[in-house]
Amino acid sequence: MELAFIIEKFALILVIFVISLTIAAYSTLAERKIAGFLQDRVGPNRAGPGGMFQPLADGLKMFFKEEIIPTESSTALFILGPSLALFTSFLGSAVIPWGQDVEIAGRMVSLQITDINVGMLYIFGVVSLGVYGIMIGGWASNNKFSLMGAVRAASQNISYEIPMGLSIIALLMSTNTLSMKEIAEQQHGINWNIFYQPLGFLIFLVCSFAETNRTPFDLPECETELVGGYHTEYSGFKMGAYMFAEYLNMFLASAVMSTLYFGGYNYPGMDWVNEMAGSVIGPFIGMGVLILKIFAFIFLFMWVRWTVPRFRYDQLMNLGWKILIPLAIANIVITGIVITIFEKL
Amino acid sequence: MEPLSNRKKVLEQKPMNFWERLYLPAIFQGMIITFRHMFKKKETVFYPEFQREFSENWRGMHSLKRDEEGRERCTACGLCALSCPAEAITMIAAERQKGEEALYREEKYAAVYEINMLRCIFCGLCEEACPKEAIYLDGPIVPADYLRKDFIYGKDKLVEEPLKLQQD
Amino acid sequence: MSISLFYFVAFLTIFFALLVIFSKNPVHSVLYLIVTFFTFTLHYIMLNAQFLAIVNFIVYMGAIMVLFLFVLMLLNLNEGSIGSKSNLLKMVGVIAGMCLIITLVGSLRALDTSDPLVLQTQDLGLVKNLGKVLFSKFLLPFEISSILLLSAMIGAVLLAKKDIKQV
Ligand code: SF4
Ligand code: SF4
Repeated sequence: MELAFIIEKFALILVIFVISLTIAAYSTLAERKIAGFLQDRVGPNRAGPGGMFQPLADGLKMFFKEEIIPTESSTALFILGPSLALFTSFLGSAVIPWGQDVEIAGRMVSLQITDINVGMLYIFGVVSLGVYGIMIGGWASNNKFSLMGAVRAASQNISYEIPMGLSIIALLMSTNTLSMKEIAEQQHGINWNIFYQPLGFLIFLVCSFAETNRTPFDLPECETELVGGYHTEYSGFKMGAYMFAEYLNMFLASAVMSTLYFGGYNYPGMDWVNEMAGSVIGPFIGMGVLILKIFAFIFLFMWVRWTVPRFRYDQLMNLGWKILIPLAIANIVITGIVITIFEKL
Repeated sequence: MEPLSNRKKVLEQKPMNFWERLYLPAIFQGMIITFRHMFKKKETVFYPEFQREFSENWRGMHSLKRDEEGRERCTACGLCALSCPAEAITMIAAERQKGEEALYREEKYAAVYEINMLRCIFCGLCEEACPKEAIYLDGPIVPADYLRKDFIYGKDKLVEEPLKLQQD
Repeated sequence: MSISLFYFVAFLTIFFALLVIFSKNPVHSVLYLIVTFFTFTLHYIMLNAQFLAIVNFIVYMGAIMVLFLFVLMLLNLNEGSIGSKSNLLKMVGVIAGMCLIITLVGSLRALDTSDPLVLQTQDLGLVKNLGKVLFSKFLLPFEISSILLLSAMIGAVLLAKKDIKQV
């Protein structure tokens, strides 16, 4: 491997790491601001101009809080829980294509950390791994509410992974590839997958709400029933890690949805812009567009959170097993029929 | 059982039709409503800089009143302490000496008068019990503090400022 | 390099597999089992079988082990709660273990090192090629196994359902 390649990848990883950290940190502020706006309030506005430094203040507070490890818990697992949650939520962004290839000093530099052949499945795997952080943490706390939260998280994630996977299969049938990069390239201009897979997108959207444990599916941490859910016993920075993992997951889910269904870095008129801006600036504009799309999705997540109340647990299971799975299967069948008809024509 | 009033209303629960069972229209409706609220006037009052008008019957911090000549009205009768459901008031009475007539209105006065603001529930019963119209809950919000002992307010904080007119 | 990597990962696999058996706490056992499955995934990646690797990752690590963990957490078995086994059980255990050792030793005697397998087509494990092979050469076994899975699923649903006539 040449040195340039390593440097380039390293720089890219660093940049994406920092971007996702910043976005996740500012999501916490955005969440509170949006909650405020939707409720006719203004939200936090004291730390810095318009509350800009609120995430820093929150982070500092988290660090200085007392760390409590319950005596009856298994210490190693208690620490492993939040670490794992944070770790897995970082992994996913490795296969997201952030933009077209950039030409820097005669080299084509790809704005994607790695283009593995099974990128979509990789994301799926990382997401399914994310539940371990919650389960281990909840079990290690040795508290019945934490355990209940953990068990809920596990069953919820497994139930909603199935319709999610099925809706992805329908997408695969129309894109013919599993690689995130190829999927993004196919949606050049405004040829976005959402126009071919509206139902699939809806299912995927609902499932990603459930997988990221956001309201209306935040039953694992449902305060009214379970005190704090799986993180009841957590305090200080470990609690912060769980919260951060949730926001990172939201960021990842938004990135995946924008890439799979909303064209990723593609936007109408991108060829013209690329010609005008050259092969260095152009792809970065695309990256900006992708990040705008991600922001839009994050806003959607928050908007729904402050509108829709939490589901009851049996309603959640009914929705997953009795509505979404049959719908997703129907979607596969319809997609198959339509594709065959179009091929015959 | 016979209903005692005719206010009971039996709601008809129709089975939901297809669109209602889909939930999505209802969710979108709700989302539109919340979105509209983004552009409504914000209700926030930026507290330390701006203060809201208190209502007529607001009960805040106590103040021990003076009469028209600037003398303390309280005669340490202890009725307020007796009436206080939270037992927040304590006092030590003393006799007025010669030459103190300008300070205290009655012959007996409260040398120490303390209200524990952590105990007080701001019910206003002390105000009602007082025969001398000496205590009123007409002050602002009791400020926050760090130590428990700082919430026991003595006469230095409770007694009204002497009238300006008297001083000059 | 790849041989030594293989030995390293293989060592990890066996190490964690042993930990699965030897740890007293059932939940810890399951967690070690998850790590063991993860090392399997590494093996698949080294064989350039990306699809199998990721499927192993999703299905075994992401779904089946979550269910295992789920059940164990609900049972809440602690180290003390399992209790001591009766003498008969211990005897049976010893006999079974002996049988296993004899089989292993016997098979070890018959073993000789095979030549390292060299794949003819390096990309065999990629999704496209795997799909092509599955849907042409091995279509019948593939479909039959899917029917098997379906019948297992129906069976599970039937078992979980209460007997309608009795209710
Ligand atoms: S307001 Fe009520 S509680 Fe407070 S001091 Fe007066 S009587 Fe006691
Ligand atoms: S405040 Fe009124 S009720 Fe209380 S001791 Fe003084 S005179 Fe009596």
